[in-house]
Formats: sequence, C-alpha cells, structure tokens
Amino acid sequence: MQLTGENLVLQRGQRTLCEHLSFAVTAGEVLLLTGPNGAGKTTLLRAIAGFLAPAAGAIELKGGDTEQTVGEQAHFVGHANGVKSNLTVTENLEFWAAFLAPKSNRMSHIERIDKALEDFNLLSLADIPAGYLSAGQKRRLGLARLVLAHRPLWLLDEPTSSLDDASATNLANVVNAHVAAGGLAIAATHLPLGFEPARELRLGRVAAS
Amino acid sequence: MRAAWTLLKRDLQLAVREGGAIGTALGFYLLVVAMLPLGLGPDLNLLSRIAPGILWIALLLAALLSLSRIFETDFEDGSLELMALGELPLELVAAIKALAHWLTTGIPLALLAPLLGILLNLDIGAYGVLVLTMLVGTPAISFLGSIGAALTLRARRGGLLLALLVLPLYVPTLIYGITAISSALVAPDAFVPSLLILTALSLGSLVLGPIAAAAALRIQMQ
Repeated sequence: MQLTGENLVLQRGQRTLCEHLSFAVTAGEVLLLTGPNGAGKTTLLRAIAGFLAPAAGAIELKGGDTEQTVGEQAHFVGHANGVKSNLTVTENLEFWAAFLAPKSNRMSHIERIDKALEDFNLLSLADIPAGYLSAGQKRRLGLARLVLAHRPLWLLDEPTSSLDDASATNLANVVNAHVAAGGLAIAATHLPLGFEPARELRLGRVAAS
Repeated sequence: MRAAWTLLKRDLQLAVREGGAIGTALGFYLLVVAMLPLGLGPDLNLLSRIAPGILWIALLLAALLSLSRIFETDFEDGSLELMALGELPLELVAAIKALAHWLTTGIPLALLAPLLGILLNLDIGAYGVLVLTMLVGTPAISFLGSIGAALTLRARRGGLLLALLVLPLYVPTLIYGITAISSALVAPDAFVPSLLILTALSLGSLVLGPIAAAAALRIQMQ
C-alpha cells in the first residue's frame, strides 16, 4: 500500500502554501512533516483527509479500498480531540468504537476499548467524565481512538501537544506497532517523536506572489 | 445503520445530560405565551381567536433558540470532522442530528402547547388538532433549521443571522399549521387537505434539509 501526492498545489484563502509538492509514503514507514509555522503542514494533512481539495494535483492511496475515499481509510487526529465532556472516558471510547467500526461486533469493541485504555494509560480514569480531564489526558483520550478501529493510514497533527514524556513514549510505541504491522502514518511535528522508520518531508514557505 | 443508531443514541444521551437546551426552549415558550394576554388585555374572544397563531409563532421562536446547538458543539470539539471520515455519509449524520433535535425539542414543545392553550382560552375542540398539527409540522422546523445551523457554524454570534435565514423557510409550515387548526373548527372539509400539505412539507424537508446541511458542513470544514 502506498500513499502518493503528485504535483500538489495547496491554497488557504488566496495564499498559496505549497507548489509542485510530490511525496510518497509506503506501508511500514512514517512520514514526518516539518517546517516553520504556516508552511502548510496542517493544510496538507487536511487535504489528504479530504476536507479541502488541492488547487491542483492528486492524492491517491494505491492498494487501498477503491470504494472508499482516502479520508474514510484514515484516522485523523487534529488540534481538536473530539471528546465530549459530558460523557465518561469509556462512553467516549464506546461511541467512537461503534461509530468508526459499525460492522464489528460488541465483543471486539470491548476488547479494543480495553486495549485503548491500556495503551494510553487511561484505565484509572475510565469512569470519570471527560470534562474533568486535564489537557494532556484529553489528548490521550483523543489519541486512543487510533486503536479503536483498524484504518491503514494515520494522519497525526502535532500528536504530542500537551503530552508528558511517558505518554509521548506510549504514543510512539502504538504508532511504531501500527507501522510494523504494515500501516502508514504521516505526522506533522516540531519535536522529535521517536517514530521509526521515519522519513522527513520539509515544507518551506512559498514566497508571496 | 448501526452507526446511525449509535449516533442518535449518543445525541439523545448528551441532550439529557446537558439538559439546559430543552428547559430553555420550554421556558421561553411558556413565557412568551404567558405574556401575550398581559399585553393584549383580558378579551377572551380575541384571545381564543388568535390562540392558534400565537401558539405556532411562539413555538417557532422557541425552537429557533436551540437550532444552533444541532452542530455547534460537535464542530467546536472536532467530533464533526471525525464523523465526516466515518462510513456513515455526512447527509445521514446531518439527518440524525436534526432528528435528535426534533425528538428533544420539537416533541416537548408540541406537547406543551395544549397546556399553554388554556392560558389563551383556546377553543375546547381545537386541542387534539393542535397537538396533531404540531407533531406533524415540527419535523420541518428541525430539518430546515439544520440548513441554517450548518451555514452559520463559523459566523461569530450567528444567532440573529440564523433567524434571518431560517424563519422565511418556516412560512409554509406556519400557514398550513394554522389553516389546519382553524378549518378543523370552522370548515371540517378543509382540514384533511391542510394536514396533508403540512405532512408533505415535513417530508420534503426531511429529504432536502440533510442534503443542503451536509453541503454546507463540507464548506465549513475546509
């Protein structure tokens, strides 16, 4: 499986963020997007997820499900966590497990939720309403969605923001396991994440024209 | 379909836990209707003549208050983006959220209306018809309203804009809702056609609302 972008032109408003951008990520590796603020890291991730159409060029997931869009085969972790403060941690996970993987049965949902709680060290918080969590704990809950349903492509936008060192290591373990099992991941970041094997794609700023 | 059911269950659960939205709409409805006789004076004939119109208009305004909540919280906390990447088409997501709004706002308001009818000296024969027309007509309020709610998502303090966009769409529902009630009292022959048109308006909004709302949501998420 391979995700490719060819000759992409990305625009935000009237401003061109990148031109003639091409990249390829193959199964079993992580692509790290780096670059200064405003270089278009988030915009590129959102374009891959399908939220905005590139002004030119094409994004394709070769070897993926042709019936589904690239976004439907991807987990997207953006700046917002998608956490409901009036639901408990477990209820949040139960909803996303059932919503993202409606075809699998309840037993496998429970197994996956247990794994998610364990992977992101949320077990002691399982019955607490998510509104009482700290920023880092909410982030962990948002990231826990990654293991609730199987999707080959993971799009992570600054995944370690507000995470402590131990949680960042947990995340790296989860991502590395996903990649080792033949998954793909793209992460926008300013910090070293510990994801392996990783390649870097440096986005620069396009001179204003 | 399981994903749709999951989403509906979650939205109802959240509406119950947050609670405020239903209470606000019901309280507003009660206050508006209770204040009108104070403004118009104790003329019982006048009040009973205008009661159906007042009850319908106040219901529209009360429902309008909670429309913005259909998508707002999910948009702000990022849930809506994740739903857009789910297997459930965004049109169905919009439809489920409008349905949840109808179940938690439209139905309670329609059931409160006969109680408020007492305050306005509503004709005794009109109570059953009032609830019936409101139950049939209120889905249009939620489903057409979801279009406005989606369009004004990113507008800061978009409440007034939402009212301007959505209220004109409610005019047909209002006209046939009131016609159905008054014809049930005066000319029973005209009751069934009015009720059928009201039903058609609701069914039409059931189809159009989610499609238009999903298109607006896609633009908002860019």
